[in-house]
Amino acid sequence: MRNRMELSFSALSQNESFARVAVGSFVAQLDPTMDELTEIKTVVSEAVTNAIIHGYHEDNNGMVELEVELEEETVRLIIRDRGTGIHNLDEARQPLYTSKPELERSGMGFTIMENFMDEVVIESEPMVGTTVTLMKRLSKQRALCN
Amino acid sequence: MSLLIDLEKRDNVLCVRLEGELDHHTAMELRERVDSALKENNLTHILLNLEQLSFMDSSGLGVILGRYKYVQTLGGEMVVCSISPQIKRLFEMSGLFKIIRLASNETDALLELGVAS
Repeated sequence: MRNRMELSFSALSQNESFARVAVGSFVAQLDPTMDELTEIKTVVSEAVTNAIIHGYHEDNNGMVELEVELEEETVRLIIRDRGTGIHNLDEARQPLYTSKPELERSGMGFTIMENFMDEVVIESEPMVGTTVTLMKRLSKQRALCN
Repeated sequence: MSLLIDLEKRDNVLCVRLEGELDHHTAMELRERVDSALKENNLTHILLNLEQLSFMDSSGLGVILGRYKYVQTLGGEMVVCSISPQIKRLFEMSGLFKIIRLASNETDALLELGVAS
């Protein structure tokens, strides 16, 4: 069975926790472990924060779009902004790289996404926006299938 | 849930106890409150207690690294204590635990900073 949801919200930092809670509640029906739930909430936080800070430069007229799709044991997350886009994707994915050191960014966002998820796809085009697609297979469900 | 920030002065150490969620939204307030408490009280060391912190992401790593760098410019030190396994993973992933000292609890952290409890 496939189960989808979509959300769209203003690029405001207080919506970072809203996005985590919303995705966490939706994913809970697959009965993930606490660690898996924490990992999913963390990557949502990373991608939504990137959209707000880097996509829209904290201009809250921008809207962040979030899609979640559950199918069998798989969670697929799509986080999209229609902001400035990423100039150099290879550079952005480097651990500890940040385009905004003055904001005390750690540069760990994409590294955390790659560590916590099974698949990370980033599509970005200057002045069009960025779409991050993240996929994770939940271990418990996979064990049941075996 | 947002972030509760409890600040206490112990000798020349600013004890920072966090409860709730540390993300980009709450990191900005944490930075301002810690830096102004250090300045107002002329403190150079930070003890950061994460026992009641239920969530943290890379924005938290950024603000913690920022405070570490700041106390270094003051000639001070920072010790982080009571860190959960989930948050420890982020510290390990970023290499932050190589430069920031970790203690198992607040008493040990204060001892490391030269404060007898």
